[in-house]
Amino acid sequence: CMATKATPKVRPINKILISNRGEIACRVIRTARKLGVRTVAVYSDPDEHSLHTELADEAYRVGEAASYLRGDRILEIAKKSGAQAIHPGYGFLSESVEFAELCQKEGVIFMGPPSSAIRDMGIKSTSKAIMAAAGVPIINGYHGDDQSDACLQAEAAKIGFPLMIKAVRGGGGKGMRIAEKPEDFLTALNSARTESLKAFGDSSVLLERYVRSPRHVEVQVFADHYGDAVYLWERDCSVQRRHQKIIEEAPAPGLSEELRRELGEAAVRAAKAVGYVGAGTVEFILDKEDLSFHFMEMNTRLQVEHPISEMITGTDLVEWQIRIAAGEPLPLTQAQIIRRGHAFEARIYAENPRGGFLPGAGPLRYLNTPKPSAEVRVETGVREGDEVSVHYDPMIAKLVVWGENRTQALNSLIARLGEYHISGLETNINFLIDLASHPEFQQANVHTGFIDEHFDTLFPPIVVEQRQLSQAALSLIFNELQAAHSNASNGQDPFAAAANIRLNYALIRSYSLKAHEKVYAVDVKYDNGDIEIRVDGGAWQVIKAERVQDDGRLKIRANIDGNISTYSANIDGGNVTLFLENGKLDFELVQPKFLSAQADQLGSGGSRVVAPMPGVLEKILVQPGDVVKKGDSLAVLIAMKMEHILKAPKDATIKSIGGAVGDNMAKGAAVITFVDDDVSN
Amino acid sequence: RYSLTNQLLRSQTRLLHLGEANVLSSEIDKQSVEFKENASEMRKLVAELRQLTSQVLTGGGPKAIERHTSRGKLLARERINLLLDKGSPFLELSTLAGHELYGEEVVNAGGIVTGVGRVCGTECVVVANDATVKGGSYYPITVKKHLRAQEIAQENRLPCIYLVDSGGANLPRQAEVFPDKLHFGRIFYNQANMSAQGIPQIAVVMGSCTAGGAYVPAMADESIIVKKQGTIFLAGPPLVKAATGEEVSAEDLGGADLHCKTSGVTDHYAVDDEHALYLARQIVSNLNLDATNAYNEQLQHSSKRNFGSAAPATAAVEEPLYDPTELYGIVGPNLTKSFDVRDVIARIVDGSRFTEFKKLYGETLVCGFAKLYGNTVGIVGNNGVLFSESALKGAHFIQLCAQRKIPLIFLQNITGFMVGRDAEANGIAKNGAKMVTAVACANVPKLTVIIGGSYGAGNYGMCGRAYSPRFLYMWPNSRISVMGGTQAANVLAQITEDQRKRAGKEFSEEEAQKLKTPIVEMFEREGSPYYSTARLWDDGIIDPANTRQVLGLSLKAALNNSVQETKFGVFRM
Repeated sequence: CMATKATPKVRPINKILISNRGEIACRVIRTARKLGVRTVAVYSDPDEHSLHTELADEAYRVGEAASYLRGDRILEIAKKSGAQAIHPGYGFLSESVEFAELCQKEGVIFMGPPSSAIRDMGIKSTSKAIMAAAGVPIINGYHGDDQSDACLQAEAAKIGFPLMIKAVRGGGGKGMRIAEKPEDFLTALNSARTESLKAFGDSSVLLERYVRSPRHVEVQVFADHYGDAVYLWERDCSVQRRHQKIIEEAPAPGLSEELRRELGEAAVRAAKAVGYVGAGTVEFILDKEDLSFHFMEMNTRLQVEHPISEMITGTDLVEWQIRIAAGEPLPLTQAQIIRRGHAFEARIYAENPRGGFLPGAGPLRYLNTPKPSAEVRVETGVREGDEVSVHYDPMIAKLVVWGENRTQALNSLIARLGEYHISGLETNINFLIDLASHPEFQQANVHTGFIDEHFDTLFPPIVVEQRQLSQAALSLIFNELQAAHSNASNGQDPFAAAANIRLNYALIRSYSLKAHEKVYAVDVKYDNGDIEIRVDGGAWQVIKAERVQDDGRLKIRANIDGNISTYSANIDGGNVTLFLENGKLDFELVQPKFLSAQADQLGSGGSRVVAPMPGVLEKILVQPGDVVKKGDSLAVLIAMKMEHILKAPKDATIKSIGGAVGDNMAKGAAVITFVDDDVSN
Repeated sequence: RYSLTNQLLRSQTRLLHLGEANVLSSEIDKQSVEFKENASEMRKLVAELRQLTSQVLTGGGPKAIERHTSRGKLLARERINLLLDKGSPFLELSTLAGHELYGEEVVNAGGIVTGVGRVCGTECVVVANDATVKGGSYYPITVKKHLRAQEIAQENRLPCIYLVDSGGANLPRQAEVFPDKLHFGRIFYNQANMSAQGIPQIAVVMGSCTAGGAYVPAMADESIIVKKQGTIFLAGPPLVKAATGEEVSAEDLGGADLHCKTSGVTDHYAVDDEHALYLARQIVSNLNLDATNAYNEQLQHSSKRNFGSAAPATAAVEEPLYDPTELYGIVGPNLTKSFDVRDVIARIVDGSRFTEFKKLYGETLVCGFAKLYGNTVGIVGNNGVLFSESALKGAHFIQLCAQRKIPLIFLQNITGFMVGRDAEANGIAKNGAKMVTAVACANVPKLTVIIGGSYGAGNYGMCGRAYSPRFLYMWPNSRISVMGGTQAANVLAQITEDQRKRAGKEFSEEEAQKLKTPIVEMFEREGSPYYSTARLWDDGIIDPANTRQVLGLSLKAALNNSVQETKFGVFRM
């Protein structure tokens, strides 16, 4: 198959620009550095101090938050800085036909496929036609131009039900409807059209057979400029929330070697059919029941989850991209790409899984990651103290682990997730641990509806245990001691050395700790250096505890009622976070009444309505002087591409508005202030 | 080869290091019958002390506590805990004041909680009325305890925080609390004078402040009042009605709104106890005492530097090498049995290091230097009756400490100065007087712990209450009286017998016994540390195992005031 190969024309690359941010920018820089290739970063205003600008050899400002889409400016920077090639990462310009063409015109190498391949794969109906012609199995459906109700209805009857109606230009689940029965069809069709028109300015739809228990299996492919293409095995990305991947594994579990080869070869055919060059992913829908597979789409970029393919093949795909972009042939033949072991990737997001996976943003007040090794990769673009910005995807990191087999890899994933310590904002780490520990996941019974199907067992009611309350109280005690000792040099201060001492009696200090909407009374008894703890007036438990050295972080080894455990904790003002092996547990010290009265004025409540998360003020629906009723909509905030309607907590008169349309509102900023009807105090 | 040489050098340096030679060797046979007996008896005494303390903590009893807390008010010690920095020790003083002092009337802790604790990094004296005890009214012992706390504040330059919740003077005992020099009025006299000296006076009105009590917030530098709880008036509603016929509620007469908005008697308005204590902490955080403290520290350091103090300030403090609970077995309750005070010192001072002075001379008085939480101290302890030589040595040592501005710690276990013809001929009176003069005049912080007996002039030479130690504590096994009960009874019996003889009458053994028994009993009762502490002859009875911490805290508090020059009186030669 090497016979058709043209003579390689290698044009060495020694400087690349990365037109991206966050973890992928950092990832690309790392490989570039290894290869001795210099790197140029671009940054938007909010990213001026972010990690990727620090890691790159040079960094240039590209503009306001949305500027990573400004291909013209980025190209200008590439030329100015002398970069021969641009690595687009994923998202942003990575699949922009226009940008790929612009690069070509300006003589800068775009590290992706030819623009024609992006275009062909970008339109679903076109791509399916090409695939069908190349002998890649596609799903039954109608992709025609006749969009009349009559025609669509007739085609639907041919395909059968359940049936999926999808916007031709759609993506991310927008403009998609399922019709379970023929009589549902028209309603679903109209609904899909309306949404598509609104989202993409086009109401054309396609029809497809709907696979009830589908698995999302994708194949990593690579092609060079000389017509060669290989596959680096497949990944299973079935477990998704909000139509976005959350946990991925390679190889896909439960497939025969024969099926794996079939998938890989189909993917290579798909790539070759569009004259593909570089890294790409061919996505298939795999029927969980009969294991038949059908082409879905091809992603013409390096994907987020590429590291798991690297882990099982021992390759560096960014290195491949750079070498292929330079004109080198594929580094390995198909026969040389040996699969070994099993890898998982978990995506750590700033989001609230129990709150409908609502995305979050905010500061990473505390961040401690598992120790990276040959088998553990922490792919991230943030450091402790950085902010997860409202402007971009809220992914904090990717945790990638490798093991000899699926069980080992999964055990490692769970253990390493337990070592991923973040506080300051809500993350999905606990959920990832629960998910990875779920018996059905352990059994590899995965499909795209996994989270919905197992919702109840994935979100069991949270029970705060007595020992956890003791652990929380202990962390407060050690934190205090640390504060006292840092002020006193070497124990020269008896007020620190004799902490909590009372003469001839035991001091009992009471803490009010709130966790998951419940308040617990935790009493700590100090008696000449001995500590006992009780919860809600229960029995006193003898505690022995000591601080474990951990880089100045709070880590405690405690014997609570004969059970020894070691755990980390972070105290941040009135917030206590315990990092236990099954994830973190947040406690809040209940504020004294007089403080909470003041805090009421800061939070939404008596006198104001605040932004529940950082966002942009989209609409203001009231004016000063307006009289509103409880529940009336007051303003609309756009945060993480979602609308949040701020409502009146009570009947009130509007006093003032805390911003103008288009303003960025910080979390907790007062958006609406009411006329104060309670003047006393 | 190089590292081996290094190792050798290091071990030699270690051998030659001065620090190693002064570690007290105080290995005790913990299996001995005596040790075990002592320990067991002493543990009983400590248990009794804790038992009595736990009773005192119940304040005015469950009913009064219920009435108090149902109004949203916190208890006195809860208030103090919230006022102090998280984790701060509280050196509570004279917890057992008023113990069995007023017959049937139980006035736990004297109705007032006082002590030293740390607020926003600053050591402060806290005086908190316990309104559950007799409405927080001032018994004579309450006044005495309040004044003692102020005395401690003044001597050591500690800011005062008064948590006021008191009905004022106890009217049935007005004659014992109102008119005299050291009665109620002295509280306000002290406030004014401490304020004049730049010692901050802060009042938090958390309950009533009636009549004279009204002057506590009124005389303070800054005051806080709690809404709907605190009231301040010279005369309460009943008295107003009686005097003028005016009917007015307590809140309207002197509540927070009136005093913060109209009269200006109080400066800060708190919505509840916690808020008030938070505001008090805010006030302390803005006292700007650092400047003064830094100045004092500089003074201390410069005086140290003059003598080329060898220990670098950053050296880590070593805990004593020996377990302090071993003191139980070493000392024991039987005062007729002697023990070596060095075994006590070894369980108090840093690293059990003690550099003894004149070890071979006047051996019944042990003098030497040690460190307590890094601070150099001079220690004077008894190892038997004081002879002329011991007294001379003591006077000499105290002079050294005064000149070097080194605080003194007295560990009292003293039956007195030696008596008898030889002793008198040797001038024990004038030699003892030298030591008493030295103790009286030494202008350094003095701390006294009575660890055994405290009898006669020994009490004076060893810095008893009359010699104004900054703090004075007793162990539960200790005794204090002019002499032992048996000796006193014998003296009195002897005198009676002599009188009888002169009158030509008989004095039978039976009669002698009848005379002696009540005297022995009286001395036994009055010599008890509980009798002492109830009357505030000391600042509290402490668990021997806490001695290091208590002395450390006391010393730290005392060092808030700079150490002054000493001028001694005439030493009779």
